Amino acid sequence: MRIGVDVGGTNTDAVLMDGANVISSTKTPTTANVSEGIAKALSTVIADSGIEAAAIDGVMIGTTHFTNAVVERKHLTPTACIRLGLPATVCLPPMVDWPDDLRDMVGGNSHLAHGGHEFDGREISAYQPDEVREIARKIRDAGLSAIAISSVFSPVNSTFEEQSAEIVRELIPDANITLSSEIGRIGLLERENAAIMNSCLRQLAARTVDGFKAALDELQITAPFYISQNDGTLMNADFAKEYPVLTFASGPTNSMRGAAFLSGLRDAIVVDVGGTTTDIGVLQHGFPRVAALAVDIGGVRTNFRMPDTYSIGLGGGSLIESDPLKVGPRSVGYELTEKALVFGGDILTATDVIVAGGSEDIGDAGAVSHLDASLVAAVQARIMEMITIAVDRMKTSATPVPVIVVGGGSILVTGAIEGASEIIKPDHFPVANAIGAAIAQVGGECDRIFSLAELSRDEALDQAKSEASNRAVNAGANADSIEIVDVEEVPLAYLPGNATRIMVKAIGDLVEA
Amino acid sequence: MRIIDEAVLEDLALGAAVLGTGGGGDPYIGKLMARQAIRDYGPVELYTLDELDDDDLIVPTAMMGAPTVMVEKMPNGDDIVNAFQSVGKYIGKPVKATMSIEAGGLNSVVPIYCAARLGVPMVDCDGMGRAFPELQMVTHTIHGISSTPFAMSDERGNTVLMETISNLWTETFARSVTVNMGAMAMIALYAATAAQLREAAIPGTITLAEEIGKVVRRARLEEDEPVETIREAVGGYLIFKGKIGDVERRTEAGFAKGDAIIEGIDEYAGQKLQLSFQNEHLAARIDGEFKVTVPDLLAVLDVDTGEPITTEGLRYGFRVAIIAIPCAEKWRSPKGLEIVGPAYFGYDTEYVPVEETYGAD
Repeated sequence: MRIGVDVGGTNTDAVLMDGANVISSTKTPTTANVSEGIAKALSTVIADSGIEAAAIDGVMIGTTHFTNAVVERKHLTPTACIRLGLPATVCLPPMVDWPDDLRDMVGGNSHLAHGGHEFDGREISAYQPDEVREIARKIRDAGLSAIAISSVFSPVNSTFEEQSAEIVRELIPDANITLSSEIGRIGLLERENAAIMNSCLRQLAARTVDGFKAALDELQITAPFYISQNDGTLMNADFAKEYPVLTFASGPTNSMRGAAFLSGLRDAIVVDVGGTTTDIGVLQHGFPRVAALAVDIGGVRTNFRMPDTYSIGLGGGSLIESDPLKVGPRSVGYELTEKALVFGGDILTATDVIVAGGSEDIGDAGAVSHLDASLVAAVQARIMEMITIAVDRMKTSATPVPVIVVGGGSILVTGAIEGASEIIKPDHFPVANAIGAAIAQVGGECDRIFSLAELSRDEALDQAKSEASNRAVNAGANADSIEIVDVEEVPLAYLPGNATRIMVKAIGDLVEA
Repeated sequence: MRIIDEAVLEDLALGAAVLGTGGGGDPYIGKLMARQAIRDYGPVELYTLDELDDDDLIVPTAMMGAPTVMVEKMPNGDDIVNAFQSVGKYIGKPVKATMSIEAGGLNSVVPIYCAARLGVPMVDCDGMGRAFPELQMVTHTIHGISSTPFAMSDERGNTVLMETISNLWTETFARSVTVNMGAMAMIALYAATAAQLREAAIPGTITLAEEIGKVVRRARLEEDEPVETIREAVGGYLIFKGKIGDVERRTEAGFAKGDAIIEGIDEYAGQKLQLSFQNEHLAARIDGEFKVTVPDLLAVLDVDTGEPITTEGLRYGFRVAIIAIPCAEKWRSPKGLEIVGPAYFGYDTEYVPVEETYGAD
């Protein structure tokens, strides 16, 4: 049996699952000390199910804690950055595009050194170990041990980053080092930013993950536990301490993965209707489609894989104005259960209109019986129009696809969605996110530019696939269960020698404890 | 004379994305470079051509190469200075100012870096009034101004100087050298006097980009009919609103080409627009008939936010408004159309100015 936990900004949800069956589930408020909320949710689902803690095989935790640390500028460790690429890149040193307050907090201690590669693998300049040694000494003398190392085109060749890490460790034995090639894709500043953020979050990650462990120990759960990544796969506790940035945006991912699981579909659109917003994402082979563009975290551009979601201001708490007709984006949000008409309040919300329409029986239906039938119909039509347009925007072709509706605001979906082959509202939809955490697998990916002048296309693809598979195994996957779930090739404009960017993702089942 | 400071730069980069007509490279890296140089060396003076003396020598500066490489191997900064100074040294005369050769996309802001570093002014004009994919596609070519002496510099300190018999040859050689330099180089080219540029350049385009940027920024804040506001600011015509259907992409000779089919919505329901692109949006056909082609500009905007959509950003389901903007008058001469008209890009149609098609009503 597995337990999935999703720690959101407002609620901590937990589900206990036996295979594909949900045995028990709970929603509790998130606490300032995240572990307390988790402990409470865990003890509730275990007590409700009546099973022994020893029967639990694994606990999967999704958390927004590390994203919030960056956004709120809390618990960040001052971090140095070494970039290999001289004489290139001088005009834009590390952290150049960070907001001043965040750069000041992280320390702005950055260094440029020789090395780096061209897109085709040539060296930009000769790597100079002594230069890196001198920089490492300066970092040590500044009292820093959190370090990020980046190198130009390190997704093509990461040797210089690795060699530099060894030198830094000679001088700073307890150094906490993140290599940009381990985290991000092409796009030096964004990849380097992600690496710096990762190093500056590691102390917090160690404390937090140890806190999770203590909470489990207290409940006498001896099963291993895992943390959700933003691509819908898991990492074990040690890996999570090493790569906290990989948890960014794991919330929407878990919700989409949960939707896939509950519906049994691998390719679909997921519509997650909350109190204030509706997030629409795309499932491809059971995993969220990844955003192609840079993603802003706390004012810093990063480019690591994030689910591609589109949000609209529509939810159960959306305010309704009748003349002219307007649904959202303003919302009563978490105060829905006090302010909506059906809950004795005096504000007309989307939920009230749905109750008036008769498709749901929530709160006091009498409080909305006076609503004009034509208004109710118009609002319902508008809601479906908003969802239809947003769904269409996320589709990749005109072919109808199934749409899975999850989240507390799912009652808003009362009609047909044009372009949807079917609309599925699965059971347990309010805790889809915790279910998504519970069922997660482990994965690995490869994303780099191959020159097809030296390799055949098949050889390049094979190389990319084996790199992705190796990474999945390193992350804890059973080698026999590895499956390639995504292959994308992008030929590059203005580059010679048939340069092609190849992105491959592999996933597999967790190695059983 | 006006001053380009950080605030102006932000608007300029935003407007340059509209004038980039879907290409021209993401101004983000160029903007960061220019911003850093303004912070380190102070703001840049922007002169109109009329404020300069006839004999003042102006050398444009730009980045050339693959956009994918630019976001990974950023320049040194000395490279662009080297390219700029090499041309001046070769000519043997003092250079008064630099300018943008391409007001659409990345190269609208790259010269600001050079200007701030060296404390030289920039001139409010460019050679395209938009973005184009090849080096000879500038109004300088129409007026017989040579792209050479042409300097291209890499971050290592290498500078290649060339003299060629035509701007097309410069393009050919420059592509090869760019590859040797790591698929990216900083370039200086099309040296000309202010007197020559009054004939050959497109005036006021830096200010135009800034004005458009201001409008886009304001429209974002106020959410008040952004598409219409932008259309008005650029003096363009709304030619279509629709939903992107199929997008077909192919790579030919190093260029990203393709077509998107856009199905009409609202008053355009039932019509189909075929948008053809090669790095930039180049031509629009409605129900099979050419309506707008190069050199006129096609801006594809998000119908709700007015955000410009790049050729790479064209995706099924996006709802877009398409605005056609008259190109600079210079492009409409026979010589101009020879360089950047529909025929050069392989479209079998006569060029008809957008005002003739849409201006009547």
